[in-house]
Amino acid sequence: MIINLIILLIVPFLMAGVIKKTKAFWGGRKGASIFQPLHDFIKLMKKDFVISKTTSTVFKIAPVVQIASVLFASMFVPLACGSALINVSAGLIIFAYTLSLGKFVSLISAMDTGSSFEGMGASREACFTTIVEPAFFMLIASIMALSGNFTFDSLQNILASAGNYGVLIQIFAVVVLFIMILIEGSRVPVDDPATHLELTMIHEVMILDNSGSDLAFFTWANSIKMLLLSSLIAFIVIPQGLTEWMAVLAYLFVMFIISVIIGTVESAMARFRMSHVFEFVFLMSSFALVVLALVVARMFGG
Amino acid sequence: MLVLKNNSKVNLSDIPVLKIGELREEIIKENKRPIAFFGKDWGEGRVRLFVVLENAPELLVSSAVFEADEKSYECITNAIPAFHIYEREFFEQFGIKPLNHPWLKPVRKNQDNYEFFEMTGDEVHQVAVGPIHAGVIEPGHFRFMCNGETVYHLEIMLGYQHRGVEDMMVKCPSNQLAESICGDSVIAYNTAYSQIMETLKGIQISDKAQLIRKACLEMERAAIHIGDLGAIAGDIAYLMGASVFGATRTLVINTMLEFSGSRFGRGMVTVGGVNYDISQEKIDRALKTFAKVEKDVERMTNTMLKNSTVMSRLEKTGTVSTERAQEAGLIGMAGRACGVDVDSRFDFPDKWNEELGIHKKAFKATNDVNSRFKLRYKEILQSFSIIRKCFAKLEQIKDEPIIVQGGEMAKDAFAISIVEGWRGEVVHIAMTDSNGNLSRYKIKDPSFNNWYGLALAVRNNGVSDFPLCNKSHNLSYCGNDL
Repeated sequence: MIINLIILLIVPFLMAGVIKKTKAFWGGRKGASIFQPLHDFIKLMKKDFVISKTTSTVFKIAPVVQIASVLFASMFVPLACGSALINVSAGLIIFAYTLSLGKFVSLISAMDTGSSFEGMGASREACFTTIVEPAFFMLIASIMALSGNFTFDSLQNILASAGNYGVLIQIFAVVVLFIMILIEGSRVPVDDPATHLELTMIHEVMILDNSGSDLAFFTWANSIKMLLLSSLIAFIVIPQGLTEWMAVLAYLFVMFIISVIIGTVESAMARFRMSHVFEFVFLMSSFALVVLALVVARMFGG
Repeated sequence: MLVLKNNSKVNLSDIPVLKIGELREEIIKENKRPIAFFGKDWGEGRVRLFVVLENAPELLVSSAVFEADEKSYECITNAIPAFHIYEREFFEQFGIKPLNHPWLKPVRKNQDNYEFFEMTGDEVHQVAVGPIHAGVIEPGHFRFMCNGETVYHLEIMLGYQHRGVEDMMVKCPSNQLAESICGDSVIAYNTAYSQIMETLKGIQISDKAQLIRKACLEMERAAIHIGDLGAIAGDIAYLMGASVFGATRTLVINTMLEFSGSRFGRGMVTVGGVNYDISQEKIDRALKTFAKVEKDVERMTNTMLKNSTVMSRLEKTGTVSTERAQEAGLIGMAGRACGVDVDSRFDFPDKWNEELGIHKKAFKATNDVNSRFKLRYKEILQSFSIIRKCFAKLEQIKDEPIIVQGGEMAKDAFAISIVEGWRGEVVHIAMTDSNGNLSRYKIKDPSFNNWYGLALAVRNNGVSDFPLCNKSHNLSYCGNDL
């Protein structure tokens, strides 16, 4: 458990660092140390913050609610070793809607500033979320239905419960979750975390008015969200029955590989036009549907 | 109308003086592209309006005088829309109102009570950007009228950089001032100013100085175009393009640093010639650098044009039809990318075009961001080919002075100089009084015409595509604001 806690505190920043390092590598630059995001976080935590006069209480409590909801959600997800801290059969639903709570608060906090940019960002983010959510449920619930075990543990047993279809389901599940990481983590090709152009931003523009520890909470929460979704991928691909240390190493290795892939994707392709992002998000839904179809075929098709 | 050549002067009294009604009819009858349309205080409350039209390879000049009690005239914009911005500027500077002007908005002043065009409806929203922007760019205010993610109308309010350059040029004309007007077109502005002064003083500069100026102007064009290709790549989050173009641009401007001691070519051009000779050793090194730059730009551009994610952003974004572009009077690079074939390097050719075999390259415009991207790439290659030709010719010319001293300025003269900077034609016009001092200095940057083109390009595009449209034009704020 201690290991999981340390991972939750540090690995999100390291992932962000590795992504940036990968991008620097492809761009022919040396790049900042992979610990830079952690340093940035500590720096922001020490800073004072400025709060706009046009905002209300919503704006002030939003960062705390956001980070609290993400941390709470993390208790329902299995990390490096062992099962989730709270391993209940309704875990999926609590996980998804606690994250949604955080997102809802950050949306209304963005609207609270009265800035037209932030309103646009909030509308874009809300729009993507409504498409992502059903796809996520379809994927995880299908896998759970297959094994009959309604906890996240069922992700580990895909091969055992799905037989011939196991590998296919694993591949599609990883792809769906990876696309979800790009969307939720606001990475290229959905969003551009490095841009300064307010008109094109999605996630970044929503936290434009936040500063100091508020900003630190939002960026940390975003990194943790990416870590949690990556953990689900790790849980699917890492074989069962490893010793504890081997499991932790394998987990960290998967996190590293995912970060490098994200960095490489960001370097190799341009961002989608905003109207094409929806097509990309629907790609995730269609892959989730394939998983559902495979599960139905397995359960009722013989 | 009086026929005039580029880089020449004429006595003020030779320019016809008409009544405004006659001048207006003549302009409409000629139906040519306006190059300048500006007023000058003519004493006793009178204002003399000068107009310069393009009639390549020559220019047509005429004028009209407004008496002290004449405070309005029937506008020309309704007949020839390209005049819209000139008439707005004339109204702002002299208070003479063009009647029935469809878009009589301020150009540089009166930002406090600027009335924006508004759209109404339940789902319509306005987005205000600037004057302070997130990036390190100049100030300007943009007002978008949107419905959801689609922009229906963009209004651009400028003037935050207004420094009164035209008046300063009259009071204390100098090369330092001329090259500070627009920091990314140093060579173009300084060459235009120097040519005006040389025309007025009757200086014939050496072939060597002419070739060095020409090479530097093309280096400026290549450097900025490469930087802009990188900026376009950066805006669509295509990291590799941004890095490679950024690095190659540095090679070009560092070569300029070797030549003149400034990466942007400050101090290179001066009245009478150039300040620095370029040694053979420097030329050899520069040629080697440019060969590498050319190869890198070619490779990166082709990689980008083959990348489907890049092309999906560039194609059919920010389209301005050729008819609209012509109507709005777009010029320069932005105009050429929309099929408006205006390039003062070839419209008003100097002797080198023929001697060095420099020809206009055909370009198939597709009117979108992709068109502007490809045109930049083509112009970079062309610039390097011109630079090579200039350098080859320089080798043959050995013992020539780089600076020629001149005499007194001509009295009561009107001189014009047009230089094709990387954005388009940079027009400088100077007039002298009976003592041979400057009495009016008029500057026109291509951005002055093209800002409206950006507003047209954004229509019916997504809000998030605006930065791409903007970067592909890369217009000047200070060149417009003066």
